[in-house]
Amino acid sequence: MKISKFNIALVGLGLVAPLVLYPVFLMKVLCFALFASAFNLLLGFVGLLSFGHAVFLGTGGYITGYLMMNTGITPELGILAGTAAAAILGAVYGKLAVKREGIYFAMVTLALAQLMFFVYLQAPFTGGEDGLQGVPRGELFGFIDLSDNMNMYYFVFAIFLAGFWLINRTVHSPFGQVLKAIRENEARATSLGYNVNDYKWVAFVISAALAGMAGSTKTLVFQLASLTDVHWHMSGEVVLMTLLGGMGTIFGPFVGAATIVSIQNFLSGGELGNYIHIIMGIIFIVCVLAFRSGIVGEIQKVIKRNFS
Amino acid sequence: MATFLGINLFALSGQLLVGLINGSFYALLSLGLAIIFGLLKIINFAQGAMYMLGAFAAFLALQYLGMNYWFALIFVPLAVGAVGILMERFLIRPIANEDHLYSLLLTFGFALVLQGLFTHWFGSSGLPYAIPDELKGGTRLPFMYLPNYRAWIIVASLIVCVGTWWMIEKTKLGAYLRAGTENPALMQAFGINVPLMVTLTFGFGVALAGFAGVMAAPVYSVSPEMGSNILIVVFAIVVIGGMGSIGGAILTGLAMGVVEGLTKYFYPEASTTVIFFVMVIVLLLKPAGLFGKEA
Repeated sequence: MKISKFNIALVGLGLVAPLVLYPVFLMKVLCFALFASAFNLLLGFVGLLSFGHAVFLGTGGYITGYLMMNTGITPELGILAGTAAAAILGAVYGKLAVKREGIYFAMVTLALAQLMFFVYLQAPFTGGEDGLQGVPRGELFGFIDLSDNMNMYYFVFAIFLAGFWLINRTVHSPFGQVLKAIRENEARATSLGYNVNDYKWVAFVISAALAGMAGSTKTLVFQLASLTDVHWHMSGEVVLMTLLGGMGTIFGPFVGAATIVSIQNFLSGGELGNYIHIIMGIIFIVCVLAFRSGIVGEIQKVIKRNFS
Repeated sequence: MATFLGINLFALSGQLLVGLINGSFYALLSLGLAIIFGLLKIINFAQGAMYMLGAFAAFLALQYLGMNYWFALIFVPLAVGAVGILMERFLIRPIANEDHLYSLLLTFGFALVLQGLFTHWFGSSGLPYAIPDELKGGTRLPFMYLPNYRAWIIVASLIVCVGTWWMIEKTKLGAYLRAGTENPALMQAFGINVPLMVTLTFGFGVALAGFAGVMAAPVYSVSPEMGSNILIVVFAIVVIGGMGSIGGAILTGLAMGVVEGLTKYFYPEASTTVIFFVMVIVLLLKPAGLFGKEA
């Protein structure tokens, strides 16, 4: 990513945001934005719809949560461990999933995620239905107290920027160009001599690792790792965020995540909380029928039409 | 107690029976998915929600209309099929020319709305539906007790599955359907109304889920979650069997039910995950699925 004025302005906005808005809300947005961006690397840039990405979010969360509660490691190592665990799971699941294409890919990833859901439900270290509660945030590098929300926010912001940067680098690298070639015409990419499945697999592992990093961070923020994060609802939610924001765009997942998290926050307070899944479903249907480019995609179209 | 090589035959055959019953539902649902996939090339994520809708419709028809089980078994699938037809006509057809992933996402959204509505109306705890009087009681077999309703489930689903298979593989209507699967444009050129056929096929596939829902109402509790839980398992089954063949979908469904039942007896901890493990093994050994045609 080139360092443009636009990007500097965005980072500046991120730095001052917690002075205006509630930091925990912002951290939630950043975690989900990273999760959705990681997911978008697969859906938007390789054309692979993973319907089980929650499993990586949840795995990162459980591993980080367990380590923070039971060993004395510092939070940055906890997050690294969670990310690594998600990457390993992603490596195994990716190998299996890339054997099938299109709709089958979605079903395979969903089924594999459900497999881990039941494992986490029964495994002794996850706390079953209760999950891991009261996960300590710890002290970053051993001396920065993360129980302070402002410290925690800037830590989360740094993680988000790192993840976001990595996704950008991947998309704009020669490797990313091959991914896009696979998305556009897989047979052609194969005939040009690329081992398509290996490319898909590497993209899958990167995506899984970053989704895990988002989950690890989220666990520290909310001091909780639970089955909600591995449930298929969560997998559906990240699809929705990406679709709503604009799949295949760099900023789309961020915009989608911010929108969905805001809607959820808004609804959960009032009487409309019961309707949350219905509203999510309706947004899904409307997006697919009338709004397939998503918010960022539509804005880009308008800019293209009027300014170039 | 009857034992053989340390195996409790009573308990084992009980679990086998439960397995066959689950397998009947798996078969009905994956059959519906396979029929829809054949012509529309999409996976209906709302198939589980339609199964749930069928169960609730039977419950509500009994509660408010006094419609008994036998009438429900006929009218509920028709009603659920009608919902499917409306869904195909007004939601799926407008985006038929887009990437199939969009229609998949659309059916997913539809399923969320349905499940959300029923959770809102009825809560997430299960509702009871009584077994019809004619099928109460059971038969004592040499080493197990066979409740009549459970036997009925297996027999009735087998009849519907085999009937559907026969209709698709052996009749002229089925021939149209198979031809439409191969080459819809050519069918249209021969003067067959393909869009109508697509709509009716979708309706029929969904009606099968509604039928399964009515059958399930007396054995499982009627709850909004019942559809999504079973659907993910059915997806794994569809991956195992491959959607290339109608007979394959039925056989794989029944077989996986039995595998699950056996696991419940020998290693209960894995009973919820065993089908997913089978899927992993199939993906490793025969990625296209046991009955799959495509590479």
